[in-house]
Amino acid sequence: MSEMFSVKKYLRDLKLPFCPGCGAFTVMNAFLRAVHELGYGNLEKFVFCSGIGCSSWIPSPYFLADSIHTLHGRSIPVATGVKLMRPDLNVVVFGGDGDIVGIGLSHFIHAARRNLDVLVIMVNNMVYGMTGGQVAPTTPFKAKTTTTPYGSFEHPLDAVKLAVAAGANYAVRWTTAHPNELKEAIKKALGLKGFRFIEAVSQCPTAFGRRVGFKTAGEMVKWFRENSITLEEAVRLSEEDLKTKIVVGEFVHRQRPTLIETIYAIVKEAQEGG
Amino acid sequence: MRFAKPGVYFWQGSEACAEAALVAGCRFFAGYPITPATDIAEHLAKRLPQVGGIAIQMEDEIASIGAVIGASWAGAKAMTTTSGPGFSLMQEGIGYAFMTETPCVIVDVQRVGPSTGQATKCAQGDVMQSRWGTHGDYSAIVLSPNSVQEMFNLTTRAFNLAEKYRTPVILLSDEVVVHMREKVVVPPVEKLEILNRRKPKPGEKAFFGHEEVPPMPSVGEGFNVAVTGSTHDEFGIRYTADPVVHRRLVERLNGKIQNHVDEIAEVEAYNIENCKIGVVAYGCSSRAVYDAVDEAEARGISVGYVRLKTIWPFPEKVVRGLAETAEKIIVPEMNLRQIFYEVARAVGGEAKVIPINKIGGGELITPEELLNKILEEV
Ligand code: SF4
Repeated sequence: MSEMFSVKKYLRDLKLPFCPGCGAFTVMNAFLRAVHELGYGNLEKFVFCSGIGCSSWIPSPYFLADSIHTLHGRSIPVATGVKLMRPDLNVVVFGGDGDIVGIGLSHFIHAARRNLDVLVIMVNNMVYGMTGGQVAPTTPFKAKTTTTPYGSFEHPLDAVKLAVAAGANYAVRWTTAHPNELKEAIKKALGLKGFRFIEAVSQCPTAFGRRVGFKTAGEMVKWFRENSITLEEAVRLSEEDLKTKIVVGEFVHRQRPTLIETIYAIVKEAQEGG
Repeated sequence: MRFAKPGVYFWQGSEACAEAALVAGCRFFAGYPITPATDIAEHLAKRLPQVGGIAIQMEDEIASIGAVIGASWAGAKAMTTTSGPGFSLMQEGIGYAFMTETPCVIVDVQRVGPSTGQATKCAQGDVMQSRWGTHGDYSAIVLSPNSVQEMFNLTTRAFNLAEKYRTPVILLSDEVVVHMREKVVVPPVEKLEILNRRKPKPGEKAFFGHEEVPPMPSVGEGFNVAVTGSTHDEFGIRYTADPVVHRRLVERLNGKIQNHVDEIAEVEAYNIENCKIGVVAYGCSSRAVYDAVDEAEARGISVGYVRLKTIWPFPEKVVRGLAETAEKIIVPEMNLRQIFYEVARAVGGEAKVIPINKIGGGELITPEELLNKILEEV
């Protein structure tokens, strides 16, 4: 870590597409800092898969690395094919809440169930940002969006809890108000096996923040900071009180056998027997 | 046992397809159960690990084609199998594979549709879906076997074409060909032509242009390849505003197939130079052609046929050539006219085109039915 951190060496020389104040910058930074601190001088050992949406642009094509920018919601299946054929590579999926737990929900659950060895980083901005601010599976109850002008009448999905229930080896949630915790979680996750899920609650000032009353991106980050509560503290609150809070921290860390271990053991056996 | 030893086998179409895939170098399969394609998946689930490959049942067809695309970019020859409704679910992914020039093989074992229709019965209703299933302007390569031996031969060819043209290739089979048992001759592996994708040299960067079929790196080889289904330049960088970039890309993708119709479009032709009546047939319904033609000839009627082993790109020249001698061309199909219009278009009024269509219950067009039509038309 003697070398100074600079995002430049990991990026293509292209202008980033995010709006000013977007939380995607924070997540990108946290990820690149994490790989830097882990001692990766470049991203050669990584493959990035992403879907459609603003946060899917984090790796593609901006990372100077192999990146597969897939169809909306299909980054996890593509990552499955990549990882199964190249278990030696670090396969990292970036996506938004709409991509990962909206259209791609079933892939998410099944990858966690299989304990596929990939790291999924979901940037949760609680809205469909790229298409202009429509309701998402993570939109808070009663929040106004372009397709819920009277307020969302649906209850939001807790992706981290779902990952835990489905069988992920590692699942955490932080927000863009916790860049350091986020970075540390990424570092830890990159050292683990199996299905690893990181949710980064993030601000979308353009398509969400201003509609729900935040004048600036900074205001929203401040709100994240003030309304986040760690898992340890959360146990003391009632379910009602928790509804307005963002519970952050490490929800699970375990060592179930991973898909790669299991499937390659079978291939080895079949080859020897065959 | 690694590969099927050279020799003569009595196989089902499904086995022939699976074994051919192994010989062709397929090392990854992802699929979702659907009748009547499941037998191929089950055979591959057993056989792929024996040759060091991976077979996985995904949560749906959308995930299956996604995993196949990922595996292909990881360097593997990869395939999936499905039937009509599952094929519909895969279409978005097939378009992505076309746009990103991802070699892969999709086997569609046709059954009676639309919708769940008659799930266990044979039909040929996906001909147009195989050509135009996804959105946008694209050109598919679609092969159509009519026997178990051809399931073997065309499966290997499908992989070869996919690798050579860097594109998804569809093997459009059907319930009858996949489930029947026939003699199959497996040649020694060394005698088979097996093609592999062209790999880039160190330092190369233009994996999506410059050449008609650019070289394809795999991920993890140090090429920093950016793959996207969005319009992209030759370096894979998204470029979604410029009409010229889009035109150049999509015209090349279509051109790399349409400019090679003569090489890609394989047919079996018989007596097309002097016949009075022509038949254009493909897949399971083409099995009626041989007996019907023999019978017709025994009665002194000169019949010729073109059997499409490749449906798309459509072997237009050969079909047009048939019309130079044949006054009438009969097109038997187990659908309500899907190739009929294509034949009529190719023939351009030079011959009268006559359909025979039969759908439902998996009932094949019999040699008698075809013969009767021939007799009616002379
Ligand atoms: S629309 Fe929202 S999520 Fe997308 S780049 Fe702009 S601020 Fe970020």
